[in-house]
Amino acid sequence: MSLRLRLAAGLMLAVGLLLVAGESRPDPRAIMVGSKNFTEGVVLGELVRALASTETPAEHRQALGGTRLVFNALVSGEIDVYAEYTGTLTHEILAQQQPESREEIREILAESGLRMSESLGFRDNFALGMRKDLAERLGIRRVSDLRAHPDLVVRFGTEFMERGDGWPGLKRHYSLPQQDVLGVEHDLAYRGMAAGGVDLTDLYTTDAEITYYDLLTLEDDLDYFPSYEALLLYRAELAETQPAALQAMLRLEGQIDEAEMIAMNARVKLEGVQENVVAADFLRNELGVDVDARETLRSERFFRYTGQHLALVASSLSAAILVAVPLGIAAARRPRLAQVILGVVGVAQTIPALALLVFMIPLFGIGAGPAVVALFLYSLLPIVRNTHTGLTGIPLPLRESAEALGLSSRARLRLIEAPLAAPSILAGIKTAAVINVGAATLGALIGAGGYGQPILTGIRLDDMGLILEGAVPAALLAIGVQGLFEWAERAVVPAGIRPQARD
Amino acid sequence: MLELSHVTKRYAGVAALENCDLSVASGETTVLIGPSGCGKSTILRLMIGLQLPDAGNIRFAGQPLEPAKLPALRQRMGYVLQDGGLFPHLSARDNTTLMAEHLGWSSQRIASRIEDLAELTHFPFDGLDRFPLQLSGGQQQRVSLMRALMLDPEVLLLDEPLGALDPMIRFELQNDLREIFSRLRKTVVMVTHDLGEAAFFGDTIVLLRDGRIVQKGTLREMLRTPADEFVTRFIQAQRAPLEAMEQQP
Repeated sequence: MSLRLRLAAGLMLAVGLLLVAGESRPDPRAIMVGSKNFTEGVVLGELVRALASTETPAEHRQALGGTRLVFNALVSGEIDVYAEYTGTLTHEILAQQQPESREEIREILAESGLRMSESLGFRDNFALGMRKDLAERLGIRRVSDLRAHPDLVVRFGTEFMERGDGWPGLKRHYSLPQQDVLGVEHDLAYRGMAAGGVDLTDLYTTDAEITYYDLLTLEDDLDYFPSYEALLLYRAELAETQPAALQAMLRLEGQIDEAEMIAMNARVKLEGVQENVVAADFLRNELGVDVDARETLRSERFFRYTGQHLALVASSLSAAILVAVPLGIAAARRPRLAQVILGVVGVAQTIPALALLVFMIPLFGIGAGPAVVALFLYSLLPIVRNTHTGLTGIPLPLRESAEALGLSSRARLRLIEAPLAAPSILAGIKTAAVINVGAATLGALIGAGGYGQPILTGIRLDDMGLILEGAVPAALLAIGVQGLFEWAERAVVPAGIRPQARD
Repeated sequence: MLELSHVTKRYAGVAALENCDLSVASGETTVLIGPSGCGKSTILRLMIGLQLPDAGNIRFAGQPLEPAKLPALRQRMGYVLQDGGLFPHLSARDNTTLMAEHLGWSSQRIASRIEDLAELTHFPFDGLDRFPLQLSGGQQQRVSLMRALMLDPEVLLLDEPLGALDPMIRFELQNDLREIFSRLRKTVVMVTHDLGEAAFFGDTIVLLRDGRIVQKGTLREMLRTPADEFVTRFIQAQRAPLEAMEQQP
């Protein structure tokens, strides 16, 4: 690897790590609020953050992911508090322990250093729903009526598909015959219902869409679904380290009734008001707490997402260059090692980016860290392979001429082989960079931010403007990166081996 | 200067060189000749250590060629390939001076050396800053020769240096080369498959067949006292077309 390339990669790595560091916990005393990736969770998260912030700095890592991910983040201390539901606790998170009572739940949670609040005042149960006109036509009112209609097109939220208290148990409990059952993003299922492609989906009973899309909630006539009381799960040590902030957060207990929750969900999802504003209005009207809230400006968001995205790409790509180029060189020098190296990085590449991100969570937690590691692994293959190909593709007479001159192995690499392989190596880095920019949008799924954040929020809120806010800059960035490397090609590739040298 | 004793080299089990003894005298031009696959290039590649012998040993200026000593010993040899082996990313000048720069020669010393070499090899000064792809085949070989001579090596090894050139340029470069050899008085080992070229350059001609040395000596000796039938046939085969034409009325 040429000195210049190494310097450039090193510099990029330093800048990237600085940016990543800037994104992580700025204040060790800050309360870190988490939320699951659906609107109600985010609204509750905003309420908690706003209340906590009356006492101490507080941040909200929005829409981190599914139940398991967020709960594990709480256990590992990456977040301090999030809103959960009793049914989810008993039937999903603690399903193996099968707690019978609240007291038992508290005991089990205490073993992990966690506590739970009293109910926030409302239930958000699972239910099945279909369009009223369709239900009427088919004569369906109760879940058990579904047995007579095996051909329904069923689309459930991904989490509901897998959960112990979701579809598998429901299907057994009611002996349901439906075959065309697939998991989709929960919010997309609603749109499918409206468009007519989907007959049946799972609902949260506080979803604003139920009224909006004129849906019928099917009666759970065989009592399958447990009760899902909303409450807060938080780390036990808050009682000692942040008693005032905890006190403030727990003011939510018993304060939100079902109608109020549906109204808040509706304002976010149907009227497009930002969650922090909805939360602030509720706190002002119901609890008499004044918190500062305003809609973030598009430009503000743009700069924040751009900074996060660049940090993810710069740090993961530069680390990949620093590792992959030497790996490619080692592979080119030792054919037997090459099979191992190319095999291993090849396998890393075959793991879907999304799965790779999720694999990183147990090892590196949530946020930018695991995303950077996943993107790093994802960037290795194109660079290693192109470095290997570039070096082994150098004609034998040239390699032997360099040897016959009496140059040492290192000098041959620096003076002859690296410059001759430069076009191939650079092309590999370019490929890796473009893939990286695209894959980094998935980082938002595990709380790493970046352009994926507005895309995810946009999908959740059915807001095409928000989706474009992430998709357009991501595409432009990919094009920009491509251009940057084409420019770098001119600077790095020696004149004698550029195509126009043959005149 | 260069000595092979009992050297055997096999490629995938097939012997390219079988129990070969060869001594190259200092200050002389030795030409290795023979049909394709006879092992003549293998001898050259063994001499500069691009290949290691399976059996036997090779000595250069009294020292055995060992892998650890190779880089240092190679700086005392110059090597020219059929198609030049010039590095496409370096100009003619940089190709020539690469090793001297690496060894930390002063720029003054490098400049004066390259001037001498360009003059010696009749290479035009304005071509020095061109890249190999911008030079003709003959000029590429002159650069390759300059590069081989840059460190003023004791031995010059040339593997069919004129093989890829068209006949007119080849003729011109042959004369230049012989003049250079006689001026420099270096030990030269050259591989060719052309008997005329061998006779033109060689103080000593070594004729090989199937990895063995058939006869070593001057062309005259080979004509007068051929070691075996093959020597006569080899010489006859190369002479035949011209003689046949001369005999026509």
